[in-house]
Amino acid sequence: MTRYIVRRVLWGAALLVIVSAVVFVIFYLLPTADPAKLRVGRNPNPALIAQIREQLHLNDPVYVQFWEYMKGVFFHFDFGQSYVSQAPVREIIVDRLPATALLVSGAVVIWLAMGLPVGIVSAIKRRSLMDRTMMVTSLALISAPVFWLGLVALYLFAEDVGVIQIFPGQGSYIGAESFAAKCWSMFLPWVVLAAATAAIYARYMRSSMIETMAEDYIRTARAKGLRERDVVVRHGVRSAITPIVTLLGLDIGLLLAGNAILTESVFNIPGIGHQIVLSIRRSDLPMIQGIVLFGAFFIIIFNLIVDIIYAYLDPRVRYQ
Amino acid sequence: MSLLEIRDLRVHFRTEGGVLKAVDGIDFEVDSGGTLGIVGESGCGKSVANMTILGLTRAPNVNISGRVLFEGRDLLTLRDEELRSVRGREIAMIFQDPLTSLHPFYRIGKQITEAITTHHDVSKEAAKDRAAELLAQVGIPDPAERLRAYPHEFSGGMRQRAMIAMALANDPKVLIADEPTTALDVTIQAQILKLLQRLSQELGLAVIMITHDLGVISEVADRVDVMYAGRIVESGDLDQIFYDPQHPYTWGLIGSIARPDRGRVHRLSQINGQPPSLLAPPKGCHFRPRCPHEFEKCAEDPPLEPRLPGQPDHCDRCWLSPDEKRVKRQVSGDRIGLEEKGAIA
Repeated sequence: MTRYIVRRVLWGAALLVIVSAVVFVIFYLLPTADPAKLRVGRNPNPALIAQIREQLHLNDPVYVQFWEYMKGVFFHFDFGQSYVSQAPVREIIVDRLPATALLVSGAVVIWLAMGLPVGIVSAIKRRSLMDRTMMVTSLALISAPVFWLGLVALYLFAEDVGVIQIFPGQGSYIGAESFAAKCWSMFLPWVVLAAATAAIYARYMRSSMIETMAEDYIRTARAKGLRERDVVVRHGVRSAITPIVTLLGLDIGLLLAGNAILTESVFNIPGIGHQIVLSIRRSDLPMIQGIVLFGAFFIIIFNLIVDIIYAYLDPRVRYQ
Repeated sequence: MSLLEIRDLRVHFRTEGGVLKAVDGIDFEVDSGGTLGIVGESGCGKSVANMTILGLTRAPNVNISGRVLFEGRDLLTLRDEELRSVRGREIAMIFQDPLTSLHPFYRIGKQITEAITTHHDVSKEAAKDRAAELLAQVGIPDPAERLRAYPHEFSGGMRQRAMIAMALANDPKVLIADEPTTALDVTIQAQILKLLQRLSQELGLAVIMITHDLGVISEVADRVDVMYAGRIVESGDLDQIFYDPQHPYTWGLIGSIARPDRGRVHRLSQINGQPPSLLAPPKGCHFRPRCPHEFEKCAEDPPLEPRLPGQPDHCDRCWLSPDEKRVKRQVSGDRIGLEEKGAIA
């Protein structure tokens, strides 16, 4: 088991180095504009640009730049400074992180709490009216893009502009002081962000569960005389949920690359996703690079956690 | 009255293609200390019939009729919750592939103790001790240590031993073994059969051995039912079936056994064609389309009844007269069913 974990951690570390190198290539060697010109501001002159080039070490050979960059990232956790605000990228990310973390973790809880039970019940009551209703609903949710769903949610339920004014609307997170108030302000974003994934998980759980319940060991469990509830939960769900864990690791990472950005934009939540949209608009290269790297770290770490959890869930994995 | 009696059991599945008569009116019984062999090819209904005994085929699209009398109680009329107290406690079952029949995520010990604690209010330690005792009983060395193993850490034979230990956990009266040796190596098969035989004698179990392998039947059974297309086509004791088979299907089964003891090299005989669709079985005798001895009468349904004078418990479903059968009972030039006992294994 220890060997397995060590191996996964080493793989994760190697992957991080590779990702960093790729990011370096994209942002330092193939920039769409001269970083010094981007940095120089509204009144450029050649002398100033040359000075900034020197300052950013852009005149150094590529391998020296690469080494400095890797050194910064890995030994000092330094992603450089924002061109726009001059603040260290790391600080901005740390500042934006809580909102995103709250958004994502809440959404994950909601999508698991909705998706898994729906999937299990649908599998057990297969082909029933309830199964059909839930599967059609989930298909509708999967088909609805997050930004559209977000706007509809605001239109229907936001305190300020909604038809039924019950939930905090756009920008309410910024004004929220206490943790409870922050959570309350996240309610609509959570549901919106969770909806599509919950629907996917419901369908995935359903098919995984249907497959599992046809296994021989389920028959064995019944033949032993176990209560049907124990057969379903202890023998069925226990197996069916294992592939979901893998999916979860990937999906949490992917949120940062997609739906979290959209949700933060629609609801005006000052998180990482919101920040990257701003930074892209302003061609703030170090900021974009920092967030991309950070996102990659995040995905790799979550996959690592998932791999380790998976080995605990499925004893057969430990020996492969 | 026998310990377990199956009377006119029918299991019909309603499918999109029509009603599939997986089991279509079968009768058998088994008593303590006895071993009934049920033999037939894949899809003949032998597993479905036995799973139905424990209610494992119950589903909205399944029609089950007949009676399953266990100690005089009709199990078919019990609700699922009532049936639960019979499953694993009075009647236990082991299955073909022990790897897929054991839960891959739980330790062997846990799976055995679960069987115990489901039916008995005992402490975890007591259940564990009992589980170790059971593993020892089925011949697994170092049982206390082995309780901590996962199924994938066991060999095929050990897994089946563990399955048997689990089935015996609550001292059942009947053990249904559904192809228990099919997934195992030949040498291991023999060990498992010996184990089952020993246990059934020691514990006075009634055993139902379901198999497609006549060799297995000849090792363990004292009565044999030959099933074909959802029905029993011949029923008798071991010697009657092997030495004086009456139904052409039984002849085919016996004739298709490889015989290494035979000096002459010849092509193994086979039963031509496929079993009929259970959605639309042929009228009359179900074996008719594949039978080389078919004649007009076969269009009528032959009842399962004793057809040999003086042998009331040897029944079959074939219209041929006993004399005709004796003449026609030849397979590839070899007379079958007349060899000495032990030759077929």
